[in-house]
Amino acid sequence: MSKVKVKRKSTWIDMTAMSDVTVLLLTFFMLTSTFIKKEPVQVVTPSSVSEIKIPEQNVLSILIEPEGKVFMALDRPDDMRSVLRRVGEDYGITFTPEELYQFSMMPSFGMPIADTKNFLAMGSEQQDDVLKTMGIPTVAKDSVDSEFKRWVRYSRDSNPDLLIAIKADAKTPYSIIKSVMGSLQDLRENRYNLITSLKGGSTEEH
Amino acid sequence: MASVNTGGGEKKKGKQKKIELRVDFTPMVDMNMLLITFFMFCTSLSTPQTMEINMPSKDKITEEQQTEVRASNAITLLLGAEDKLYYYAGLPNYEDPNSLIETNYASDGFREVLLAKNAKVHGEMMELKKQKLNHEISDEEFRTQSIEIKKDKTAPIVMIKPSDDSSYRNLIDALDEMQICNVGVYAIVDIAEGDQFLLDLKTGKISLDSVGN
Repeated sequence: MSKVKVKRKSTWIDMTAMSDVTVLLLTFFMLTSTFIKKEPVQVVTPSSVSEIKIPEQNVLSILIEPEGKVFMALDRPDDMRSVLRRVGEDYGITFTPEELYQFSMMPSFGMPIADTKNFLAMGSEQQDDVLKTMGIPTVAKDSVDSEFKRWVRYSRDSNPDLLIAIKADAKTPYSIIKSVMGSLQDLRENRYNLITSLKGGSTEEH
Repeated sequence: MASVNTGGGEKKKGKQKKIELRVDFTPMVDMNMLLITFFMFCTSLSTPQTMEINMPSKDKITEEQQTEVRASNAITLLLGAEDKLYYYAGLPNYEDPNSLIETNYASDGFREVLLAKNAKVHGEMMELKKQKLNHEISDEEFRTQSIEIKKDKTAPIVMIKPSDDSSYRNLIDALDEMQICNVGVYAIVDIAEGDQFLLDLKTGKISLDSVGN
C-alpha cells in the first residue's frame, strides 16, 4: 500500500484586499462620526418623528435626569471660563486662572457654586463620581435668581448665538421639566430645542 | 514578515533574477480592525434629533394682543399619570367627568381624532409634502405655502396640558402627534385648576360626592 502523499501547500492568504476594505471602513468612520460627549448621567431621550438635526456648535445643552438633577454643557471653553467667572462674582467667589482653565476643560458641569472650588481641587476620577450626586440648584434661595438662571443668563451673554437644547430623560416627571422651562421663560428664552432620538431607535420601549 | 523570493535555483548568467516581492498585510489588517472597533465604541454616528418649540413669553399681554381661541376649534389635551391621555373638545364641563374622553398615544388613539378634525389641513399638507419630495417646489415655497395652509380658520387649535404626574415622554409624544397631524397652532399650557379637578374626577382620585359635601 502506498501512502497518499499530502502535498504541502503554502497557506499564504493575500491580505491586501482585506486591508483595503478595513482602511475604507476606517476612513468612513473617521469622517462621519462624532465623539460621544461624556455626560455625568445616562439619559434616555424619548423618540420622535422630528428630523431636525441639532447643530454642532453654539449649543447650550441642559441635561435633566429623572430625579430632577440638572447639568449643563457648553461647547466653547471660552464661554465656560467667562460664565464661571461671572457666576462666581455674583456669589463673591473668585476663581484662580488655573481653576478657570480646569473648569473650561470639563465636558459638562453641574454643581452648586459654593462647592465648585472644592470640586475643581479633586482628581478627575473623583470628580466623575461626585458630579453624579450634584446638579445645579434650580430653586432660588431667598427670592433672588436661582443659580440655574444665572448660568443660563451668563451663557447667553457670552455667546448671543447660543441655542438652548433640553435633553431630558423620558421618565422625568413633567413637574421638573415645568420648573426648568419656567426658569427659561423668566429669562425670555422662549425658543429652545428638545432633544429626541429618532422613532424606532433603540431607545424606544413602550 | 515581508518575503522576498528569489526565483528558483537557476543560475544563468546574463538573465536578471526574477524577484517576487510580497508584503504580508496581516498586521496592518489587525491594526485597522482595532482602530475600527475603537471608533465604533467611542463615537456616535447620528447627531441627535431635536424638536423646536416656541414658548409664549411671560410678559404681560394686553387684551387685544391675546388670541381668542374659538371654542368650536379648541381641543384640550390632558396628559395624565401612567401614560394616560384625555381630551375634550371646546369648553370643559366641570359637572360631568365623562365629558373627558380617554384615549391613548397609539396611532389609532388620539391621532385618529385629530386627523378627523384636521382633515382639510392635513390633506393639503400631505399634498404639499409630496410636491416637495418630487422636487416640484423649492424649500422656500414649501415654507410659505405651509404657513398659508396652516392659517385655515377651521383648523383645530390644540392645547396641551401636562399634569404634574405625566412624564417628559408623554409631552414629547403629544408634540409628536401635532407634527404628524400637521396641526398649525398648538401650545403647551400649564394645567388649570379646573382641568386638574376634572382629571382627578375622571381617574377616580376624588368623587363628586366628596366635593359636594
